[in-house]
Amino acid sequence: MALDPETLGQFIDTVRRYVRERLIPLEEQISRDDAIPEEIPAEMAEMGLYGLSIPEEYGGIGLTMAEEVLIGAELGHTAPAFRSLIGTNVGIGSQGIVIDGTEEQKREYLPRLASGELVGSFCLTEPDSGSDAASLKTSARRDGNGYVLNGTKRYITNSTRAGVFTVMARTDLDNKGAGGISAFLVDAKSDGIALGRPYKKMGQQGTHVADVIFEDVKVPADALIGGVEGQGFKTAMKVLDRGRLHLASVCVGMADRLIDESLAFATERKQFDTVLAEFQLIQAMLADSRTEQYAADTMVRDAAAKYDAGENTAMVAACAKYYASEMAGRVADRAVQIHGGAGYISDYAVERFYRDVRLFRIYEGTSQIQQIVIARNMLRTWKEAH
Amino acid sequence: MKVLVPVKRVIDYNVKVRVKADQTGVELANVKMSMNPFDEIAIEEAIRMKEAGKAEEVIAVSIGPQQAQETIRTALAMGADRGVHVLHDGVVEPLAVAKMLKAIVEKEGPTVVILGKQAIDDDCNQTGQMLSALLGWSQATFASKIEVGDGELTVTREVDAGLETIKVKTPAIVTTDLRLNEPRYASLPNIMKAKKKPIEAMSPADLGVDPTPRLATLKVVEPAKRAGGVKVADVAELVSKLKNEAKVI
Ligand SMILES: Cc1cc2nc3c(=O)[nH]c(=O)nc-3n(C[C@H](O)[C@H](O)[C@H](O)COP(=O)(O)OP(=O)(O)OC[C@H]3O[C@@H](n4cnc5c(N)ncnc54)[C@H](O)[C@@H]3O)c2cc1C
Ligand SMILES: Cc1cc2nc3c(=O)[nH]c(=O)nc-3n(C[C@H](O)[C@H](O)[C@H](O)COP(=O)(O)OP(=O)(O)OC[C@H]3O[C@@H](n4cnc5c(N)ncnc54)[C@H](O)[C@@H]3O)c2cc1C
Repeated sequence: MALDPETLGQFIDTVRRYVRERLIPLEEQISRDDAIPEEIPAEMAEMGLYGLSIPEEYGGIGLTMAEEVLIGAELGHTAPAFRSLIGTNVGIGSQGIVIDGTEEQKREYLPRLASGELVGSFCLTEPDSGSDAASLKTSARRDGNGYVLNGTKRYITNSTRAGVFTVMARTDLDNKGAGGISAFLVDAKSDGIALGRPYKKMGQQGTHVADVIFEDVKVPADALIGGVEGQGFKTAMKVLDRGRLHLASVCVGMADRLIDESLAFATERKQFDTVLAEFQLIQAMLADSRTEQYAADTMVRDAAAKYDAGENTAMVAACAKYYASEMAGRVADRAVQIHGGAGYISDYAVERFYRDVRLFRIYEGTSQIQQIVIARNMLRTWKEAH
Repeated sequence: MKVLVPVKRVIDYNVKVRVKADQTGVELANVKMSMNPFDEIAIEEAIRMKEAGKAEEVIAVSIGPQQAQETIRTALAMGADRGVHVLHDGVVEPLAVAKMLKAIVEKEGPTVVILGKQAIDDDCNQTGQMLSALLGWSQATFASKIEVGDGELTVTREVDAGLETIKVKTPAIVTTDLRLNEPRYASLPNIMKAKKKPIEAMSPADLGVDPTPRLATLKVVEPAKRAGGVKVADVAELVSKLKNEAKVI
């Protein structure tokens, strides 16, 4: 449901204030401790943030994509670990159910995902299958009425908090491609599930990724998303389509924060008796960053509007994620440069964001995979027309 | 009991306020406006009284332009039950506000009125005290703690010498200080629910009050820029400077 402008404005204001007054002051602490204070998830749940993308009839807020990207950009203004708390419930951890789940599955999971009582994680990547997700090896063998899962999933965000996993596994072992894959909803407490030790990461301290190992994990037949085998890869791709727009919006917000940090520094710091901001070479960096950030913002809003209009957004979502994440990398690089030596020192936020933004070019489809998706769509359209 | 909370729409506390070029006031065009932070604390306190079962209803009142309804909506989204909006464009002075609030109090019959100790736009720090005088009610200003008792409130006040705890009989007027509580962030579901809560609209005339200002603003200017500090060699030089340059002793 689309919100009226006043309600949306009030919500955006509230989130902006929460980010500024509550989350930004905690950034250094979470970066140092690699942990988020436990009251934060509770506060975010109270504000309704876990249910942003879940329809109202299942207890969420049911924002349109155009609205969700505005909230994504607000949350982008602080350490991305905060956004990641709700990230999987809003995106990859719930959308499989929202988009392709049966009515029973929706009623079973969505209200608890919306309230934040349950955290959802998305298990696609494996040790031998990343960009080539369709080659995944985790198996789901039929066993009586249900299935038995075996395999290892790698780098799974929020797996240490998760109550339910969306697991892509191969039900048709003879079909080595996308058509052999099905998606399951697996209770994280099931027998046979083990978590690896959380990985040490370059940035985004406070969010944890770990391997999830499935060893003879029994799941009932009604755990199959949509109740139909062989649809799992399609489900995963639809989920990622939406997720890419959300991530792109986070990049837009983070670039805006980096520009603010750059402006604050450049208007204070003096060299050669002049504030840095007066040097045209510094101004050029500021201008390039703003121009690219504005372009990405505009792309995200346009692609989100197309998504809401029901258009196929596979290509434009890839364009937005590709451009926005690369843009955020360039803006972060310039922010460090404008800070000079200080930009390399951890007391300055830009040093941390420089490492944080690096991930956006890698997960939910690397930049190269986005380029491939974009080009494939271009060629398909061309061929259809000629 | 009912709790009435007046809320004022003011320039957002994060905005850098600028004086208009013609020195008639401060720039308000395209400036972000929000609820006065002390009033937010007042609303939060009233809602906590309701959540603790000490109050049945929280009414948010705002006197101001059409957009003051947004400020009332914010109070409703935080948890107030209904709103009263007195539509008035232009300047209102504390005495006129206090008179209008008196009329609303007489109509609504609250046991407690909680106000901010001051509004961050004009920093008057008068409305609560004036309302107390007009109603003949007890007052407890600058509250940092409020306990609701039977027919009385125990209020800890922030005074120059430290903290002072007093008991006042209800009905009473309380004004809030910064440390009373930390206001909550409204949730989106509550923002949506607030849309459906009623706001009663009225005019100063409906309340029998003439809001015409009694003071004329002659000129508004920026405070003088702070000059850089200097290091003094010893106490004698400090005393001499305070006497002869700063002329404060
Ligand atoms: C912090 C973090 C969190 C993550 N969270 C999740 C999660 O919650 N759930 C989940 O399922 N996964 C998650 N992932 C996994 C992530 O999605 C993958 O790391 C990503 O898709 C890339 O896969 P890979 O690491 O196997 O790299 P590879 O696929 O091995 O890629 C290596 C390089 O080769 C390039 N490449 C690959 N194929 C081609 C090609 N055909 N043409 C050109 N270049 C190519 C890639 O672009 C890349 O540059 C997470 C990863 C990280 C680091
Ligand atoms: C890890 C580390 C090790 C170091 N080791 C040493 C060391 O051993 N010995 C030592 O003496 N120093 C050392 N330094 C200091 C280093 O040399 C300086 O940080 C560097 O010269 C930049 O100076 P600055 O940090 O003051 O940045 P600033 O000079 O303030 O520069 C900030 C930004 O403004 C730009 N800028 C400045 N002036 C102009 C202009 N006129 N026109 C356009 N742009 C301009 C800069 O290019 C930069 O982008 C070290 C720094 C680091 C981070």
